[in-house]
Amino acid sequence: MSEFSSISAFQEALYAGRTTCTETVQLYLDRIGQTKHLNAFLEVFEEEALEKARALDSRIKNGEPVGALAGVVIGIKDVICYKGHKVSAASRILEGFTSLYSATAVERLLAEDVIIIGNLNCDEFAMGSTNENSAYGPVLNALDNTRVPGGSSGGSAVAVQAGLCMVSLGSDTGGSVRQPADFCGIVGLKPTYGRISRHGLIAYASSFDQIGVFGRNIADVAKVLQSIAGPDEYDSTASKEEVPDYQTIHNKSWKIAYLKDALYHEGLDPEMKEGYSIFFEELETAGNTVTAVDFAYLDYVVPAYYVLTTAEASSNLSRFDGVKYGHRTSLKNLELTDFYKKSRSEGFGKEVKRRILLGTFVLSAGYYDAYYTKAQQVRKLVVDKLSEILSEYDAILMPTVPSTAFKIGEKSNDPIAMYLADIYTVLANLAGVPAISVPLRRHSNGMPYGVQIITKQFSEASLLNIADHVMNISQATPV
Amino acid sequence: MSATIDFDKYEVVIGLEVHAQLQTESKLFCADSASFGGAPNTHISPITLGHPGTLPFLNRKAVEYAIRLGLACQCRIEKENYFARKNYFYPDLPKGYQISQHTAPICNGGIVTIPVQDGERQIKLNRIHLEEDAGKSMHDQDPSFTMVDYNRAGVPLVEIVTEPDLHNSEEVYSFLTTLRRLVRWLNVCDGNMEEGSMRCDANISIRLKGETRLGTKVEVKNLNSIRNVKRAVEGEIKRQITLVESGGTIVQETRSFDAGNGTSFSLRSKEEANDYRYFPEPDLAPFHLTDEYLETLKQSLPALPDELIHQYVNQYGLSDYDARVICDDKATADYFEQVVKHIPKQKAIANWLLGPIKSTLNEQGTDMTGFTLPPVTLAALIQLVEDGKVNFSIASSRIFPELLQHPEESPLNIATRLNLLQDNNAGNIAPIIDEVLAKYPDKVAEFRKGKKGLMSLFVGEVMKLSKGKADPKLTNQLLAEKLK
Repeated sequence: MSEFSSISAFQEALYAGRTTCTETVQLYLDRIGQTKHLNAFLEVFEEEALEKARALDSRIKNGEPVGALAGVVIGIKDVICYKGHKVSAASRILEGFTSLYSATAVERLLAEDVIIIGNLNCDEFAMGSTNENSAYGPVLNALDNTRVPGGSSGGSAVAVQAGLCMVSLGSDTGGSVRQPADFCGIVGLKPTYGRISRHGLIAYASSFDQIGVFGRNIADVAKVLQSIAGPDEYDSTASKEEVPDYQTIHNKSWKIAYLKDALYHEGLDPEMKEGYSIFFEELETAGNTVTAVDFAYLDYVVPAYYVLTTAEASSNLSRFDGVKYGHRTSLKNLELTDFYKKSRSEGFGKEVKRRILLGTFVLSAGYYDAYYTKAQQVRKLVVDKLSEILSEYDAILMPTVPSTAFKIGEKSNDPIAMYLADIYTVLANLAGVPAISVPLRRHSNGMPYGVQIITKQFSEASLLNIADHVMNISQATPV
Repeated sequence: MSATIDFDKYEVVIGLEVHAQLQTESKLFCADSASFGGAPNTHISPITLGHPGTLPFLNRKAVEYAIRLGLACQCRIEKENYFARKNYFYPDLPKGYQISQHTAPICNGGIVTIPVQDGERQIKLNRIHLEEDAGKSMHDQDPSFTMVDYNRAGVPLVEIVTEPDLHNSEEVYSFLTTLRRLVRWLNVCDGNMEEGSMRCDANISIRLKGETRLGTKVEVKNLNSIRNVKRAVEGEIKRQITLVESGGTIVQETRSFDAGNGTSFSLRSKEEANDYRYFPEPDLAPFHLTDEYLETLKQSLPALPDELIHQYVNQYGLSDYDARVICDDKATADYFEQVVKHIPKQKAIANWLLGPIKSTLNEQGTDMTGFTLPPVTLAALIQLVEDGKVNFSIASSRIFPELLQHPEESPLNIATRLNLLQDNNAGNIAPIIDEVLAKYPDKVAEFRKGKKGLMSLFVGEVMKLSKGKADPKLTNQLLAEKLK
């Protein structure tokens, strides 16, 4: 683990001359070298990171101004474009593809002098909950190598969990940041839809996707969010809403709601349920109000989520056709349709194909209204109900996942069971509201589990404050 | 057999889909150049090529152009707008879907008024919507590969869809000519069908006269000039009627027109048609148009050709033909208006525009946009004629060409310099008249006996002897007196 508890502790030491960027980067590179079995990284930018570290060290030495994230060692999920670097969405179809430009989030991080140490493994096209769907093999949970780290941003979670970088970027379409954060015992934030530009984020489902941040504490996550949030001329769905200060903590008591339907859901691990109930009492003891509220739509959120996300995905992934870039079948003299079939069948993995077919089906003539339109109606109900609750309460608390990390292979042959495990996370994506998972307890099976906090749109400042408060009460420390 | 077919039994129903490329500087969803041509794949970027992670960002100018056209066609403008994805695979479609509009076009309804044989007809529009163009596949560049040029991919288009409201090829021709004039007039599209910046597909069906249900429609594509649209429509009408008359059934299909031999061949039947799986485009935020914005655009619209034609006929007394020719393009109409401001002799100006100016432009192979003579100078030349200082013939054949060479010189100066000013001094003309009358005693006698038509001979002779300078009015007057 890092010898520094936070980015600010590191930067304090850095500016005091007690450490250097070069020394720090070397430390992380060594650890990455020692934990290759975790398969967290798809590529490590070793030389480049060291070069950047040396340059930063000399700038600091010369008293030149440096950015707010100077020397921060960061990893990025393999769905985020970084100019001149490979990006593949952990898919064969983009094997060897190099991005011609950087994502807006990456540009903004670089402008603050971060050191990007590598790109991180994930489920192919961010589709999955275990990181078993990567074309480059599964990522292992550092705490128990027989268990999955969660997904789809499994590599990003493990990289922070195992101390292979200070913070990392993931993407969250239905829980892909919060769920692996929960499984790995760290902090995972999914901001409001549109808070961070999606320019340069390889799309899974456009109206759900959002870049998220992994860290070991709230302050680190807030610092990264502060740098990358805001409007963007390359993404018209990125909000023009002002970016407030995310880094100041206000101590106050909060009006908290929890969803009865979530806590009493049959799928929730009984020991975890008990843990949440006790924690809610602790929250009240600490001066907050905690109220049970009804949410009748919980059983509809997973079906609605999968109809809408697969519909968007089926279209978003059409560009991977073997014509302009990426994998092209080596078979010659094919008819055009066969060319597409071969190139795409060879390039995409099983789960991606499943979702493309599902999405194509729900958009087809004759089925559109029964599936897509219906799911949009569910989405509207969820949005309305959540905003109604959030107009009365500062936050909704609920489990992040119904269980602790699965065993590798445990659910990989049962996609429905896998999808249903997303029940608590898809809510925030359907409604476009910000949500965070913070570590809460250890299960008797030895694995950590977290609690999820949801607030209203663009209220990341409160969300981070409440999350900090929750972590102080639970006294949970990251794994 | 076809000799016995009664074509008049049938009513023809035609609907058109016209794609017009908007003349914006950049593409519909990114900053790449939208201009025509350029070396293949030079107007591209990761966004045009649909690279992973790229997103569309709407070009507001394209929206403005679509609305201008919609307002000019009296469409209802939709204030809450969003785009839809039309999904299909083709190599020249970089993203595997086209960003278009589906259930909520930006312009709804509307009309285009076209001239027909016995007056005018208002052709109903269904909609005008915004969408992006695809790239260009070239199958003839390489023996084993199709080459794709993505310069055109993402260029903004409007698709203008008519109701099935046209009934013969002349109306189709007239509609397209009128629409092309309108898009050029508004400066939203160059209307060049040969370069593909305006393209037309025709949906054609027939039914027995009196029948109210529509017949099975056939779509004809690949029509690269207005003349070819007309030919294709004529051919398709003939094909359908002949087919039905010989006991056949029309199948819903898409056909491609071969301009080489004037026939069409089937591309695909209805069964083979794509399911485009339209759904709202999630990468673009919906956009709202305010009343103020629409009002500003409405105010900024130029006077439209139909309004001007009516004004020219009714107020200025021009013939319908002259008015239409002047309003054929905006540059001519603008020029006309400019000259009118200096000299309110509309008919004379029209004569100049349709006569000497048009012939000059034809000779130079240019159009009114290439005509540099200042309107005030033409007005001065017309004034010269009006004042009787030169006659029209001298003005157009001698002064006008000289003026084009020396546009900075005044017409009066030129007339003086070339010694072309008309002589209206009776003292100078009278001796010439005497000379002419002395030359033709027989004719004078005939005239006096009543053959009044000979007057023009005498006038002509006087003109000849005076080298065109004798004032015709004065000459007539003096001749009449002498011949009493």
